[in-house]
Amino acid sequence: MADIKVDVRGETCPVPLVETRKALRKASPGDTVEVVGTHPASKKEIPMALKALGLKLEDIQEEEDVWKIRIGV
Amino acid sequence: MTDKATIVVHSGDMDKMYSALIIATGALSMGMEASLYFTFWGLERLIKGKLEKGALSSMHMFGLGKWMVRRRMKAANVASLEKLLQDFKELGGKIIACEMTMQIMGIKQDDLRHDLIDEYGAVGTYIQEARESKITLFI
Repeated sequence: MADIKVDVRGETCPVPLVETRKALRKASPGDTVEVVGTHPASKKEIPMALKALGLKLEDIQEEEDVWKIRIGV
Repeated sequence: MTDKATIVVHSGDMDKMYSALIIATGALSMGMEASLYFTFWGLERLIKGKLEKGALSSMHMFGLGKWMVRRRMKAANVASLEKLLQDFKELGGKIIACEMTMQIMGIKQDDLRHDLIDEYGAVGTYIQEARESKITLFI
């Protein structure tokens, strides 16, 4: 069970969403993917993608414009 | 069956290439399949070395507008078309090149970035893709 980190701070549309998807495709069942970013729309849209992909949003946090999303694969 | 997006990339303008590739990679990222059908001026962008060479669809102003927009895109850290195209392929996107355009414009397979192209086809290929798609766009 690996803990995969995706750092998309400073990246804009569509990179946070695309990099999240790329990491999820490489992950194995049981892995956790943690995405850190600053692009505001992606904070809403990554959870929408997870729902469409049938994956579990484990946690979402935001502190001073930096959000962190944890995904269970 | 997985939902699919099929986009006709008719324009070779830089901004429209961005629209097409952002929507297509977005669709793949959200769990859809995606196909891009490159035709006319859009297909020119798949000629080796031509991807980033499109003009702006408006306010191009002999290249001044494009230069300004590129500068602002760089400041906003917008991904290059090359990165978006590579991401599109990595996420399983399909690229179809229009054979008739190749014939009209005298483009040979060797002129194109053959490694990126999954299929060379005509209208029937597009329709077959589009009829299975929830989203289809002409850009």
